[in-house]
Amino acid sequence: MPVFIKMPSLSPTMTEGKLSKWLKKKGDHVAPGDVLAEIETDKATMEIEAVDEGVLFEIKVDEGAENVLVGATIATIMEENDSEEDMMVSESNSNSESNSNSEGKSNLEGTNNLVSIENKNKNTNIEYNEKKITSDLPLDKTTSEDRIRISPLAKRLALKNNISYRDIKGSGPYGRIIKKDIENFDNLKETFDKNLNNNINSEKNNFNDVPHSPMRKVIAQRLVNSVNEAPHFFLSVDCNISEINKIRNQINSGNLKISVNDFIVKASAKALENVPKANCSWNENFIRYYNNFDISVAVAIDDGLITPIVRNVESKGLGEISIEIKDLADKAKKGNLIPEEYQGGNFTVSNLGMYGIKNFTAIINPPQSMILAIGKAEKKPVIINDEIQISEIMNVTLSCDHRVVDGALGSLWLNKFKSYIENPSLMLI
Amino acid sequence: MRKFDLVVLGGGPGGYVAAIRAKQLGLNVLLLESNELGGVCLNWGCIPTKALLKVSEFKNNINKFKDFGIEVNGEISFNIKNVIQRSRNVSKQLSNGVKHLLKKNNVEVIKGFGSIYDIKEEVILNVLQDEGSNIKIGSKYLIIATGAKPRLIPGVDTTNDNIWTAKDAMVPKSIPKSITIIGSGAIGIEFASFYNDMGSNVTVVEMENSILPNEDKEVSETAKNIFSKRGINFLNNSSLISVDTSKNNIISKIKSNNKVINLDSEKLLLAIGITGNIQNLGLEKSNIKIENGHIITDDKMRTNIKNIYAIGDVTQPPWLAHKASHEAIIASEVIAGLKNVHILDKSSIPSCTYSYPQIASIGLNEKQAKDNGLKIKVGTFPFLGNGKSITMGVSDGFIKTIFNDETGELIGAHMIGSEVTELINSFSIAKQLETTEKDIVNTVFAHPTLSEALHESVLAAYNRAIHF
Repeated sequence: MPVFIKMPSLSPTMTEGKLSKWLKKKGDHVAPGDVLAEIETDKATMEIEAVDEGVLFEIKVDEGAENVLVGATIATIMEENDSEEDMMVSESNSNSESNSNSEGKSNLEGTNNLVSIENKNKNTNIEYNEKKITSDLPLDKTTSEDRIRISPLAKRLALKNNISYRDIKGSGPYGRIIKKDIENFDNLKETFDKNLNNNINSEKNNFNDVPHSPMRKVIAQRLVNSVNEAPHFFLSVDCNISEINKIRNQINSGNLKISVNDFIVKASAKALENVPKANCSWNENFIRYYNNFDISVAVAIDDGLITPIVRNVESKGLGEISIEIKDLADKAKKGNLIPEEYQGGNFTVSNLGMYGIKNFTAIINPPQSMILAIGKAEKKPVIINDEIQISEIMNVTLSCDHRVVDGALGSLWLNKFKSYIENPSLMLI
Repeated sequence: MRKFDLVVLGGGPGGYVAAIRAKQLGLNVLLLESNELGGVCLNWGCIPTKALLKVSEFKNNINKFKDFGIEVNGEISFNIKNVIQRSRNVSKQLSNGVKHLLKKNNVEVIKGFGSIYDIKEEVILNVLQDEGSNIKIGSKYLIIATGAKPRLIPGVDTTNDNIWTAKDAMVPKSIPKSITIIGSGAIGIEFASFYNDMGSNVTVVEMENSILPNEDKEVSETAKNIFSKRGINFLNNSSLISVDTSKNNIISKIKSNNKVINLDSEKLLLAIGITGNIQNLGLEKSNIKIENGHIITDDKMRTNIKNIYAIGDVTQPPWLAHKASHEAIIASEVIAGLKNVHILDKSSIPSCTYSYPQIASIGLNEKQAKDNGLKIKVGTFPFLGNGKSITMGVSDGFIKTIFNDETGELIGAHMIGSEVTELINSFSIAKQLETTEKDIVNTVFAHPTLSEALHESVLAAYNRAIHF
């Protein structure tokens, strides 16, 4: 039988996605594990792999197509034994399927088929990746591993009405989610929406209500979590970056362009290496001390931000770091980061200097224990050896999780950082 | 005065279940029953009629002996006295069974007629015992489970030997040559089926334009066809105006489709429904809410009077023993303070008629579903396409299933045919578990069984039937 490749669901709330790229073309021979296409979701680009061997018979969704419904057929793979007739028969089935979708009858057929495909291919990369994504969300961690008790009807109603049933408390036996629970939830939503609409009408449309994107939800969850759980305190210091600029002038006359931020990332890792007690995270029963120096760099992207990671910074040169950050930032902006590239990290650097911000305090990116907020470097008169000189001064503010990093420890780290920034040659050692 | 946590008025399928459940939950319970334990269901309803209808089934099977290659030398006949005796024995056996169940659960039972004497902090009941003595009993809670009795027609005297209610029809001295049955609900149709099989000339009078008016139209029509072929006469859009008892036979004046006709029959059976047993209970002392002869309760079986509950036939329809038993569990659990008490979904209560062929249904019928504005998918599968039916020589009838087109929810199932009163429970479970069509489609049904027809009807709803 021909195999229909469907738009996968990568999260419980995903209803549609973008087909960003085809890596195989019509007529290509495909083997299990071959990457067929890339699907773009809120944060990342996921790969769809072939599970069966065969020939890519037809591509139904063009590269770059957005809003592709979850469960829609995006391609067909013909197996060796398939005849043209098989194809015709299956195609007509699949057509009637998509017809019923377009007529707005129901998109259930599609979702059902997806479910069965997922079940059939238990070990596919799609499933694997799905797990990885959800496991990164601290709030989802427990639920994603537990079985959700929900009646078939309730599940279908939830999917149909785009309700994430994971957070619904079931009223059936053993907490099973039943039809009534979904209906109650839906009514609640409706009332809420209605109230919202009423407000809109009474206030003459002074605002627009935009539903949360999946990324917005994750940001909100993680940061609320951080503020609620980690007692933040802030340490601020001025750093003279004149020496860094001197070195940059030398390096940047060549092909390689190194930014101040690249130095900051390197200096952060060096400071952590010098103050290993600060390279840690709070856990319920223990403090975890890290032996690696992976620095997350906050990157603003459309409608949000993401923190790709430069791994093992201690063993990388400035050039290497610079190229990697550019590459990661580029991927982040295009939405091409894979989960490994943004999950983890020991410490985060957030730089708003380019926006002219003098100084600010940042919220720690859990489970990390520190984040460094970088302000704009400005030329200022400074007194060096009792003489007034003009130097470029950059204010940085360190946010610390007081559960693991005390004031003295944070200060020690920040002074180390400052000394690396002001004496960049020390970074070479 | 003796005091209890809970007094249950009535020992039918509502009352005795409520008492046992309450006792299981640690309440100090008293059950009051003025008659036989087991109520109408067990003594004068569900059970004895099923014993009679088994005889009717034998009769139909005997008619098929020749088809099956069975030869009987000599005549097979029915001794009506023994038929009735067996039916009574079955009731007695089960009533004794209830007595033992109550004893086993240490539920105290007093034989006597209980009524509300006063309502203060607690309910004070007066119990009139058989020997004529009155005792007073106090209770924190009261469950009224007094059941119902046949609804009568003013001017039609059921004390006349030839004018029956269901109870009389269960213990005939002989099989009447002819019988007119008013009402074609489950009770009317069961007796019509029985007496027709026993050789009576049966005429059923129904006010609505179809028989079994609560059933799906297609089921009603098929039932009428099959019964008519077997010799039962039906008068639809007809009602009883008056009865002439001056002759040997009963002359029933019937208004039928704007004509008036006189039906002459040996017996007249009233089967037009029931009315709640609400008399002499002292209910007037409590301003309890009553509508059309039945007590109003909420979904936790509470009446409008604090600490007084009501369950079963004395409350709102459907009037079915299994509904009473479920309400009994709800009432006792609510009284015991249990959390998450399962509330009865009235669209998930099956209903059965044990005629030959049998009729069973659950949920909404096609018309009700459409009237509710639901977009539906309907599948029908005839027993003619079912292997087991053919081997049994009972291929009349069909199974019809109705799904919500948008959600795949099982809206209703309707069946007519052999043993469908057993098949319906599969759909009860399916409804309770909130399955969609997919789950039933994916269920493996044993072959060869009648239940396969159930599977096929679901497939048919999605244009996937294999065997028809």
